[in-house]
Amino acid sequence: MVDEQIRGILVEHGRLPVDVTTLPDVADLYQAGLTSHASVNVMLALEDEFDVEFPERMLRKSTFESVAAIREALSELNVSGGLP
Amino acid sequence: MNAPASELTSRSVRIAQEVAGPAAEDVDRSARFPTEAIDALREEGLMAALIPVEWGGGGASVGQVAQVTSTLGRHCASTAMIYAMHQSQVASLVRHGRSALLRDYLRQVAAEGLLLASATTEAGIGGDVRSSICAVNLDAGRFRVEKNAPVISYGQNADGILVTARRSPDSPASDQVLLLCRKGDFTLEQTTGWDTLGFRGTCSLGFRLTAEGDEQQILTDGYADISSHTMLPVAHVLWASVWLGLSTAAADRARRFVRSIARKNPGTTPPSALHLAELMALHQQMSDLVGSAANRFDRHADDTDALSSMGFAIGMNALKVSASTLVVDIVGRALSICGIEGYREDSDISLGRYLRDAYGAALMVSNDRINGNNAQMLLVHKDD
Repeated sequence: MVDEQIRGILVEHGRLPVDVTTLPDVADLYQAGLTSHASVNVMLALEDEFDVEFPERMLRKSTFESVAAIREALSELNVSGGLP
Repeated sequence: MNAPASELTSRSVRIAQEVAGPAAEDVDRSARFPTEAIDALREEGLMAALIPVEWGGGGASVGQVAQVTSTLGRHCASTAMIYAMHQSQVASLVRHGRSALLRDYLRQVAAEGLLLASATTEAGIGGDVRSSICAVNLDAGRFRVEKNAPVISYGQNADGILVTARRSPDSPASDQVLLLCRKGDFTLEQTTGWDTLGFRGTCSLGFRLTAEGDEQQILTDGYADISSHTMLPVAHVLWASVWLGLSTAAADRARRFVRSIARKNPGTTPPSALHLAELMALHQQMSDLVGSAANRFDRHADDTDALSSMGFAIGMNALKVSASTLVVDIVGRALSICGIEGYREDSDISLGRYLRDAYGAALMVSNDRINGNNAQMLLVHKDD
């Protein structure tokens, strides 16, 4: 469920030149074309979707480098399973 | 392992005063490369200041190199800017190039005092250096790259050029690598000239670059990390140091002018002295800003977590915007103080070259773009 939401946000805000739904969980999003500009939009959309705030220590490239990394960051913020 | 700061300082002061300064006017007028100053820096080992001692370099910190840069900037801003740009390339190689070939090359840079340039801008990317059109073509352990670069500062004088390109012909624009092109590897076909208001000696001409080389010349880390951890922060600290030197030179002339007025009428503080006090407050602000940014980098130099943080990126961007704004303010105030004597091109307190150089600061990577990047990051950044 969370994965689908993450992928939905990446489709809408990641501006990736590839099909996000076919990307493996651990695929490097930056190598797939995620720019630092687009990654900020992804962060904003994630914060809105899951009603969380990424603390400063999480605001770095590695936190958003793959679907798996994003899921892990969200789970650290107590987001798991269905909608909050 | 750091070189004695005093020794670095004394060598840079000597070169600035005896070599770079006397040539500055001709370098500016002819828009020529400051050969004599760069040769002197090479002979004194200052080109290799940032290279670790075990590889034959000076083992200096970015803070120490920032002081050398501002000393040079006080006498010839073009020399200082070339030095600053070279050192940010050296720092990138030292910190992000781990192949045996690149390690050997750094030893050569140290031994021979080689000069490194960079080709990060490209025609067609709209000024966004974090995206490339050109790509690395790999074949049997060799790379080939072609780039239409609107600016390669002192490219014709460089011994090596660090070039950004997409990782492969299939990579998206933002997936970039940085590769070293050595003299002999590359050819440059000039596309544009460099007849500008200021920083004329940087000879920032445009070129079509074609290069080939060993795949080991591709830096180990991706350009995204090289840029955020090293090239951008070191460049901003050192550019700001150039502008600080320029501000100091303008302030020196304003002080000289105020002193000459005061001597004519001891007992009466000239009105311009008050303006000088205001100018010097701004100068101190700038000096402290640059010093603390250099310390911030040195403090976190080996802390990848700190270097990748948004707060660090925002801070290093703000440094560039603030310093480039302050230099114009300070030189402008110096002109107001010196009046017509500063406005004259033929007086010994002329501010013409400083004014022309100062206005370049906000334009080289435009402040609008940098503020735009910060505006974006501030949407999610928290100060905790």
